[in-house]
Amino acid sequence: MGLPLMMERSSNNNNNNVVELSRVAVSDTHGEDSPYFAGWKAYDENPYDESHNPSGVIQMGLAENQVSFDLLETYLEKKNPEGSMWGTKGAPGFRENALFQDYHGLKTFRQAMASFMEQIRGGKARFDPDRIVLTAGATAANELLTFILADPNDALLVPTPYYPGFDRDLRWRTGVKIVPIHCDSSNHFQITPEALESAYQTARDANIRVRGVLITNPSNPLGATVQKKVLEDLLDFCVRKNIHLVSDEIYSGSVFHASEFTSVAEIVENIDDVSVKERVHIVYSLSKDLGLPGFRVGTIYSYNDNVVRTARRMSSFTLVSSQTQHMLASMLSDEEFTEKYIRINRERLRRRYETIVEGLKKAGIECLKGNAGLFCWMNLGFLLEKKTKDGELQLWDVILKELKLNISPGSSCHCSEVGWFRVCFANMSENTLEIALKRIHEFMDRRRRKEKMIN
Amino acid sequence: MSQSANQLLSKLASSDKHGEASPYFDGWKAYDNNPYHPIHNPHGVIQMGLAENQLCSDLIKEWIRKNPQASICTAEGIDSFSDIAVFQDYHGLKQFRQAIAAFMERARGGRVSFEAERVVMSGGATGANETLMFCLADPGDAFLVPTPYYAAFDRDLRWRTGIRIIPVACNSSNNFQVTKQALESTYLKAQETGIKIKGLIIANPSNPLGTSLDRENLESLVSFINDKQIHLVCDEIYAATVFAEPKFISVAEIIQEMVHVNRDLIHIVYSLSKDMGLPGFRVGVVYSYNDAVVSCARKMSSFGLVSSQTQSFVAAMLSDQRFVDNFLVEVSKRVAKRHHMFTEGLEEMGISCLRSNAGLYVLMDLRQMLKAQTFESEIALWRVIINKVKINISPGSSFHCSEPGWFRVCFANMDEDTLQVGLERIKDFVLGDKASKNENYNCICNNKRENKKRKSFQKNLKLSFSSMMYDEHVRSPKLMSPHSPLLRA
Repeated sequence: MGLPLMMERSSNNNNNNVVELSRVAVSDTHGEDSPYFAGWKAYDENPYDESHNPSGVIQMGLAENQVSFDLLETYLEKKNPEGSMWGTKGAPGFRENALFQDYHGLKTFRQAMASFMEQIRGGKARFDPDRIVLTAGATAANELLTFILADPNDALLVPTPYYPGFDRDLRWRTGVKIVPIHCDSSNHFQITPEALESAYQTARDANIRVRGVLITNPSNPLGATVQKKVLEDLLDFCVRKNIHLVSDEIYSGSVFHASEFTSVAEIVENIDDVSVKERVHIVYSLSKDLGLPGFRVGTIYSYNDNVVRTARRMSSFTLVSSQTQHMLASMLSDEEFTEKYIRINRERLRRRYETIVEGLKKAGIECLKGNAGLFCWMNLGFLLEKKTKDGELQLWDVILKELKLNISPGSSCHCSEVGWFRVCFANMSENTLEIALKRIHEFMDRRRRKEKMIN
Repeated sequence: MSQSANQLLSKLASSDKHGEASPYFDGWKAYDNNPYHPIHNPHGVIQMGLAENQLCSDLIKEWIRKNPQASICTAEGIDSFSDIAVFQDYHGLKQFRQAIAAFMERARGGRVSFEAERVVMSGGATGANETLMFCLADPGDAFLVPTPYYAAFDRDLRWRTGIRIIPVACNSSNNFQVTKQALESTYLKAQETGIKIKGLIIANPSNPLGTSLDRENLESLVSFINDKQIHLVCDEIYAATVFAEPKFISVAEIIQEMVHVNRDLIHIVYSLSKDMGLPGFRVGVVYSYNDAVVSCARKMSSFGLVSSQTQSFVAAMLSDQRFVDNFLVEVSKRVAKRHHMFTEGLEEMGISCLRSNAGLYVLMDLRQMLKAQTFESEIALWRVIINKVKINISPGSSFHCSEPGWFRVCFANMDEDTLQVGLERIKDFVLGDKASKNENYNCICNNKRENKKRKSFQKNLKLSFSSMMYDEHVRSPKLMSPHSPLLRA
């Protein structure tokens, strides 16, 4: 991937220029060469199917929410928000919608998003629709914020383990670095003030300017919410160092018990000091909570007017389709529907989580105590032959090839402790989850028998 | 607002490369503050600075009515909902890519073929142009761009990428065609100052010229870039708006014939925003003949994918060959009609335009109306047009035109009645200007009487001006007959 291209020469060409692509283009910061994506390949080549391929690879590396589609489909069928375009009345509104490319976004849609975000937080924070900037997915939102908050070669501090996509989203085209805030299982991977200081110092020692801290709350891959005290400490830290705080709350609607989630918005709600508020920015999306990743609906919510204005201008490169805004505006402003959806979605995710955690426990496998998200954080450290990254990858390979399960090794999430794996549970049917658990049981049984024989 | 927190934004964020600090936004502000409406605000500013295609939405609406299965919300389409909703593969829906490739082929008369595998999505052409810059150039590198060029290139090509634009000046002596000479000398000069030129970007058909390149010119451009082994990006976003000779010739056609050209240098940008009038749907395309660029642009498309709901709809509509063929014929016909109506109207008052065969606008020649052949005069005239004539048009300097006095006027983003009103206002202004030049006292008096009439009429209207804020559902409806006395006041 890093080789400049050798070109055919035209007969008149005397110079020896080889046309190269940009440095960004030939770098591998897009991250697709990591094992996180290698498992995908194995799945693509041999995908599990209940009837047609029952021994295929089960995809457990994809954090998608497929448990609540029926709720959306029922709503859409009944209310048909595209009816105004597809109705027999001659599609009134179509032209206006198709022409609408204002980077402010449809007002009705922004209001609906603000209202939805408030509901998820149980009304504990208010969202001003005029501070909502729309982007094509959280992928774009995170990159865009990075462009705005940091210069090339600056750094954002990100607690480990973190979503592998951040390596690309925060760094690839922006030229910004990630400096990890190391977290470990001794305190359930929560961020400590010491870890924060240490990360900051590491950056300073390398002469790198830190511009902000970026957290995911609830966390991917941990599947756990960040404690209120930690959020307060984080904000203090950012004020002291005069840097930004970005909170990616993309899984906020997937917390199993609403009371266990504290959004940074709640903390800010009680702060009057503008110089504190202005460094806080929230990223959200409908990809996880609503299970609509294809629709590319992301948002940046900032308490900083300058950031809102700049982000809005920059969103020109990544606007949300007006067709999609229109369709979702009515659905998300239907408070009766959203209240019901949020409640049932939480309930179903909780049950899935309990199923998988109990199933793993029976097989002798422990998970981090989680309370949110579409995955659990599984500890297989005790199975490693070598307590190294290589050892972890070896085990991952065995799980992929022998059990035919694609799960995500902790090292792909930059976890500083080896042996942890992220296992997704919401992107398949309950039956498939049972099959996956069965395979794990059988694997663990085989291992125990083997160990007995050796001993 | 806190000083310290705001100093903490990046250099990029604090720069003005977003382009919105430019004076040209005054025209937009004038329109936003006082938008024309045939009933509620007949003396408001008419928007003629927006290159939108509103001429063919009826065709799409008719198709939509007949094809409820193309929506994932209707009873006919709901079964596809969940599959579409989870689809975020950056390759894009296969049927979408195929339909786009087929549409691009038909817009070029079937003279070229496009591979679906090379169709890469982007956030509109805005995203496509930026993505290509990220792929082809490093910060500090440069791209040659012939002037006058689309104003937002300054933002799209430069803002986040850090690349530079080196303008290649063109002038009216040869209808603003870019010459090999101009390219060579600009290239040489840049090289001498140590600037690394990575490519040439052109819009064909051109915005704001409204002209498409003939075969000879396009071949010459391709030879130039091949000679220098630099990239060629062709933004063909107005391809289907060509209505007269020369018929549209895509760079895709040229390289079919010029077999010795290095295809790894050729990249096309496309979108449905202009040809189909769907700017809100953000359907941008990067089409490259360079495999590495396709691969890289595809990865970057994660930052600007097309909504799968929209992909699904577009795939269904553009796979309907009969619809597409009819649509393409109609676009061309309707653009031609508007173009003729407008240019003939202007000719009657002695105003000529750059001869054009495409686009949703014309480049109006107001050089004789300038006090002096300077850009200051151009801006002064422009302010008069905004504030007195009350039409928002775009001065040539906003497109980096090297000659003052040219103004781009859009004609496809309103209904015919509104266009007529626009023409009438221009006529009044031009004749008034001529009269004042001839020191014809009577004419001035007539104008004053006209103004008095207008003012007293205005007082008698019981209109609600509180609804001046733009009504999303009513652009310029045909509610009044064209001969209504109200419009003629």
